[in-house]
Amino acid sequence: MESNVKYTFKDFASDQEVRWCPGCDDYVVLRAMQKALPDMGIKKEDVVFVSGIGCSSRFPYYMDAYGFHGIHGRAPGIATGVKLANPSLSVWIMTGDGDAMAIGGNHFIHLLRRNIDINIVLFNNEIYGLTKGQFSPTSLIGQKTKSSPYGNTQTPFIAGELAIGAKARFYARVGGNEPKTMTDIFIQAESYKGTSLIEILQNCVIFNDGCFTHFTDKDVKEDMQLYVEHGKPMIFGKEKNKGLVLNGLKLEVVTIGENGVSEADILIHDAVEQDPTLHLMLIRLHYPMVMGVIRKIDDITFEEREYQLTEAIKSKSNFNSVDDLFFAGETYDVK
Amino acid sequence: MISNEDNNNQHFARENHKIDTAVIRFVGDSGDGMQLTGTQFSDTAALFGNDVATFPNYPSEIRAPQGSLYGVSGFQVQFGSVEVSTPGDELDLLVAMNPAALKTNLFALKAGGTIIVDTDAFNKKNLEKAKYVNNPLEDGSLSNYRLINADITALTRESLKDLGLDTKSIARSKNMFTLGMVYFMYNRPLEHSESYLNKKFKSKPIIAEANIKALKTGFYYAETLELMSSTYVVEPAKMEAGTYRVVMGNDATAWGFIAAAEKAGLNLFLGSYPITPATDILHELVKYRHFGIKTFQAEDEIAGIASAIGASFAGSLAITTTSGPGLALKGEAIGLAMIAELPIVIVDVQRGGPSTGLPTKTEQSDLLQAMYGRNGESPVIIIAASTPANCFEYAFEASKLALEHMTPVILLTDGFIANGSAPWKIKSVKDLPAIKTKLVPNGTVKYEAYVRDEDRLARSWALPGTPGLEHRIGGLEKDKVTGCVNQGPENHEYMCKIRAEKIKRVADFIPNIEVDYAQEGDLLVVGWGGTFGNIHAAVKEMADAGYKIGHAQFNYINPLPKNTAELFSRYKKIVVCELNLGQLVKMFRSEFNNIEFSQYNKVQGLPFTKSELTQHFKGLI
Repeated sequence: MESNVKYTFKDFASDQEVRWCPGCDDYVVLRAMQKALPDMGIKKEDVVFVSGIGCSSRFPYYMDAYGFHGIHGRAPGIATGVKLANPSLSVWIMTGDGDAMAIGGNHFIHLLRRNIDINIVLFNNEIYGLTKGQFSPTSLIGQKTKSSPYGNTQTPFIAGELAIGAKARFYARVGGNEPKTMTDIFIQAESYKGTSLIEILQNCVIFNDGCFTHFTDKDVKEDMQLYVEHGKPMIFGKEKNKGLVLNGLKLEVVTIGENGVSEADILIHDAVEQDPTLHLMLIRLHYPMVMGVIRKIDDITFEEREYQLTEAIKSKSNFNSVDDLFFAGETYDVK
Repeated sequence: MISNEDNNNQHFARENHKIDTAVIRFVGDSGDGMQLTGTQFSDTAALFGNDVATFPNYPSEIRAPQGSLYGVSGFQVQFGSVEVSTPGDELDLLVAMNPAALKTNLFALKAGGTIIVDTDAFNKKNLEKAKYVNNPLEDGSLSNYRLINADITALTRESLKDLGLDTKSIARSKNMFTLGMVYFMYNRPLEHSESYLNKKFKSKPIIAEANIKALKTGFYYAETLELMSSTYVVEPAKMEAGTYRVVMGNDATAWGFIAAAEKAGLNLFLGSYPITPATDILHELVKYRHFGIKTFQAEDEIAGIASAIGASFAGSLAITTTSGPGLALKGEAIGLAMIAELPIVIVDVQRGGPSTGLPTKTEQSDLLQAMYGRNGESPVIIIAASTPANCFEYAFEASKLALEHMTPVILLTDGFIANGSAPWKIKSVKDLPAIKTKLVPNGTVKYEAYVRDEDRLARSWALPGTPGLEHRIGGLEKDKVTGCVNQGPENHEYMCKIRAEKIKRVADFIPNIEVDYAQEGDLLVVGWGGTFGNIHAAVKEMADAGYKIGHAQFNYINPLPKNTAELFSRYKKIVVCELNLGQLVKMFRSEFNNIEFSQYNKVQGLPFTKSELTQHFKGLI
């Protein structure tokens, strides 16, 4: 699986014309992935992209790797089959908010629960793009869409919250306009053994343009976003003077240097803590929006458990061939 | 073991009749262990060399309220010194563990047949539950039968009283007491059941001891019981020489896939979700990790097939198992596998429908769903197994066709053959036909995913992990050569036609259909799948009586064997018998519109009986 070949991003670009809308964040993700893959130390032929249905699910066609464009919501099942059949492959699911959390919601939570070593890239644009603008399971209350002209009345999921409820071990969030961070997180996700979920807050320029700009725009992002890194204090702001502290059971934004708060009072991010309480609190915050690898805990993968069990059974088995099985037990001869 | 000398050394005059076949039904509450009792009897008969066929018939409730009419669970077995193709129509012996069991099954007992009852269960409460006004054991209503009253519950309790067991464990042994009685009646050895019980209760020797004691006590009780004035001998059957074992259809299906994977040099992958009556295939395959078999119990039916499609893309022999409602859920994914032209096998163990329907009963009503239950033009291969034992060869054949033609194959079985058991002449993997996969060898430089071979129109199969063959496939219409997305009008029509032609061409690779009995004449009886045994028995009886009647049982349904039209032309009349309201006959009528077909249908959740078939056929000639 380890590659000696030195690839460049061009090696992963397929000959297919990319057909997303001009200005779509999906282009950023595509380029970030093509840039990340050469630094993962894996062979091109071992990479498989699996998708469902939706704008983002066209992704596999644009990668020069193995690809499977599946049916709506079912990429987790297909990817699971690929990975179980050949665990040495690097398997990626490219999915959207509707694909993963509406029609494929059941598969999504079970995939996370099992912890198969698969990487999920979730393009969350809080809208259905490919069907031209209906509300999705992450659309906000009151959001006006083609199927909610007077405002959406369905409570949205918070993807990270749902994922951690489904026992996600690796969860990261990144803005759709942050190619460098994305590349870095993709590489981390690949080296992580277990299911990694990377949520990309991806702007849909046609049907939900600007839904994230209040914290992703260049002018405001440093003040509005907290980029967490394991072992580092949760400090943000243009002046690097804002931080998070725990006040009772709530997170609170404080200013360093005011009211006797010093840098030493600021919470240190612990991504490897098994207890998800603080991770959930970070995910739920609106100010600041927390980005980066929020949770990354150690656990055995599903396929490793399967493998260990198989080896244990094999070592105890008397069967050397299928014929041994067929002719074992209660057979009788007719002469 | 009880030797024959013991049997001859009897306390009173007893006739030992030699008979060709016998039909026994064990019935009781769903918790009475009737399935186990019946299985033990049929396994013992098979080991003795009889031909056997079994029919478990149980309710969908796991433990229905005791003594209720709807909670009755039965197991029927026919065994013989001659060919036995069905579990039998009429019973020679009915074993009824309570009034509800007697009430719901008496109709099947032949006049003069024997009834064994547990008289202890015929108390006021149980009689009321079974809606008997008078006790049938006392009111003379059973005078046309040979009634054997045995205090089975009390006798079992008495025989086990010194073992220090709780009441519940003692009560649970009464089925073995009953089995002992039936073993005596048919001159059967106890050895097989003794060793079975010792193995089953290895970790609880006291339970094994109790069951074996109950079994033996039942046997000796019958021996001394004057009511059992006749015993019966059924000699071994003349069967093809070889090594046999008794198999249930679902297990044979599982084994067919194991053999196919071995033969094709692939790992077997099953993605499945539990559903009656298909789950036993999953239960069987999960046992065999040592053969590289991977099983994945998914979160639902769709994930089951989706994982199989993924495993197929990655190079496994991939299968999914289900029943009617699950086939409906898998429809879209079958279409995906079909357009992606990946090999998978979908097993549909049919049950009574529509909707949840009759989950534990048999039917053949998924044929049209298998044929047409998908969006778009999406033909797949459909084949059907017709006996518990040939589930093995059709599971193997389904795999071979899927791998060699690069297409989904739907294998139809049904609850009747899936749960029924019969002797199977064991096939060694080396004696099975070769399976030539379409795998692209390592080192191939150029790969175009949708270039086809000439004879089968099958594309080749390049697996992730192979350098230089990276490609993308999926559910969007593909270019006829590269497999890249191509939604052009001419390309789409070409692809629809070539996919249809690919399935049609499978007819060049399957055997012609053969007819049993009259090769031409007055009536051709047509069946498909699991109705083989009953139709065979009916046609045999009539052919033996001189009727010009033939029997064709279809195992290949899409495409049909090439000689089908010619075959139909040889008979004055054709009747198509199905456990549905007429599905195959509908396909025949559209395919062969110059031929007249009559039909015989049944949708009662039950198999055909030989007598209803012969009666109907006689009316047609």
